[in-house]
Amino acid sequence: MKRSKYVRPKRVAEQGEGSEEGKPRLTTSAMIASIAGEGQRTKAAPFGHALAALAAERPEIVGMTADLGKYTDLHIFAKAHPDRYYQMGMAEQLLLAAAAGMAHEGFIPFATTYAVFATRRAYDFMHQAISEEGLPVKIVVALPGLTTGYGPSHQAAEDLALMRAMPGMTVIDPCDALEIEQAVPQIAAHPGPVYMRLLRGQVPLMLDEYNYQFELGKAKLLRDGSDVLLISTGLMTMRALEAVDWLKSNKIDAAVLHVSTIKPLDEQTILKEAAKSGRMVVVAENHSIIGGLGEAVAGLLLRSGVTPVFRQVALPDEYLDAGALPTLHERYGISGEAMARTITTWLSGRLVPKRAVA
Amino acid sequence: MPTQNAMLEATKVADEQRTVSLHERAYRIRRNALAMGAVQGQGYIAQALGVADILAVAYFHAMRYRATDPEWDGRDRFLLSNGHFAIALYAVLIEAGIVPEDELETYGMDDSRLPMSGMASYTPGMEISGGSLGHGLGIAVGYCLALKRKQSKSFVYVMYSDGELDEGLTWEAAMSASHWKLDNFVALIDVNKMQADGVSTEVLNFEPLDAKFEAFGWHVQRVDGNDINALVTAFDATRSGGGKPHVIICDTKLAKGVPFLETREKAHFIRVEPDEWQKALDLLEATAQR
Repeated sequence: MKRSKYVRPKRVAEQGEGSEEGKPRLTTSAMIASIAGEGQRTKAAPFGHALAALAAERPEIVGMTADLGKYTDLHIFAKAHPDRYYQMGMAEQLLLAAAAGMAHEGFIPFATTYAVFATRRAYDFMHQAISEEGLPVKIVVALPGLTTGYGPSHQAAEDLALMRAMPGMTVIDPCDALEIEQAVPQIAAHPGPVYMRLLRGQVPLMLDEYNYQFELGKAKLLRDGSDVLLISTGLMTMRALEAVDWLKSNKIDAAVLHVSTIKPLDEQTILKEAAKSGRMVVVAENHSIIGGLGEAVAGLLLRSGVTPVFRQVALPDEYLDAGALPTLHERYGISGEAMARTITTWLSGRLVPKRAVA
Repeated sequence: MPTQNAMLEATKVADEQRTVSLHERAYRIRRNALAMGAVQGQGYIAQALGVADILAVAYFHAMRYRATDPEWDGRDRFLLSNGHFAIALYAVLIEAGIVPEDELETYGMDDSRLPMSGMASYTPGMEISGGSLGHGLGIAVGYCLALKRKQSKSFVYVMYSDGELDEGLTWEAAMSASHWKLDNFVALIDVNKMQADGVSTEVLNFEPLDAKFEAFGWHVQRVDGNDINALVTAFDATRSGGGKPHVIICDTKLAKGVPFLETREKAHFIRVEPDEWQKALDLLEATAQR
């Protein structure tokens, strides 16, 4: 997005019909409590409640945070188990190093912060103090990808790329409240380190309509379709399911494969679905186009000799704009509607082989 | 009933025997380190020689452990943050009987359990993977919190180099350890005054170090790190609890014990010629016998 700090925006009073596509201009909500759309069903703090319940049975679980307990839903755990809650201060390197120390002594620390701080600020501590030693620290991070309009300081557009590259790390990106709840006991039971992206506050609830059951390491086909296979992760699975209805009105029949475990990748299921002939494969993720699920799937397909027409819905390789989240999701093409538009264009392009498509 | 004088006399004799014994341990730690350096013709030998006295007091005066069961839960933990000092720790692990002496010759070789930089998955008795400098104090905060949680009486010792004081986590951990009143925490800071690019305080001045740790709420002692009696007194003073983490700032001499290396041009990685390893061992032995 081109912008100049020397060009003054239109005054609101002059603006009339608004900025982007004639819509009224929205305001950035600094630290939004929910990414839920209007009228969407939600559940409050699923991570905090699930962890508090699990910890009642597992005394070795401790909760640790770096001044973001209230903003990662860990305050629910803190209230239920105050003696097992460790406020480490606004010090993410300390948070993860100390979590490693606790894990050495037999505890299972759930360490929470924002995705940007765990990955960009404390990467070496995850790599060396935790992962190199295979310690069972569960790093649970709010504001993954583009889930705040605050600007690049808080937008973790590259966290999956960083975490995928770390040997021995399990990386998951749950879609909704149901999946977060189901994931908590499974990641606690997993013997090694886990990085889990978190939606917090009032978290959308959607997968219960699909009889969904989270299984660590497994991709799940949520619906079948004959024209396009959407392979999606995290909140982009919600967007993919919304896009299905838009696509349907364009007479496009879309399948949705939800891949919440980014690493290790469920190669078998992905290959099986991608190998079905005649479907374009579109990988959708709330992440930079570099190094996330899209490139993971592309590499897998090429290595396996499976070569469908392949496209990615992802964030651009840019420092992202500040602004209201719905504006930004629309601008960067990761809203359900924007995604459906893009896919429709791609599919119509495919009918004319010589026409170049992005 | 022995008289009070006789008891004092007995204590004095015991003290002398212990001191002699610790000197002997320190000598053997230096000897083991030189022998490892000789195998590879390289190694962080100056650092190892410098901290041998600290390690002798830690492993043969202060710490509880079982040589045949290095993971015994009642042990005191020793975290080597400055991973390149591994040659010194291997030397003491051999002396303590945790690593067999005949593995000394494999130091730094392919498939050895004694890699150049200390890593937990390679070596018995190595608690953490160090080497990415500035991690140890932060990891120790977690160890100490966990041990308190388990109501364990074990102490956590961390060997830390003065160069690591440049790293940000050092000071996060310094604040945290006193915030949580971790009096089971004993930081051993080796001030050998040399880091990769030169004299430590010229690279980044960390002095006055005592005053910094005092201001952070620690129990601070500063000793000559090559004076075994002073080290014994300092280690003993960390046993009293008191609700504060302990730091023993140890001013040490690089290459201590081998005069021609002590006076060699100071560098982070000192050069030792192939024929000098034996010469160093001979000199060390001669000094020890005096």
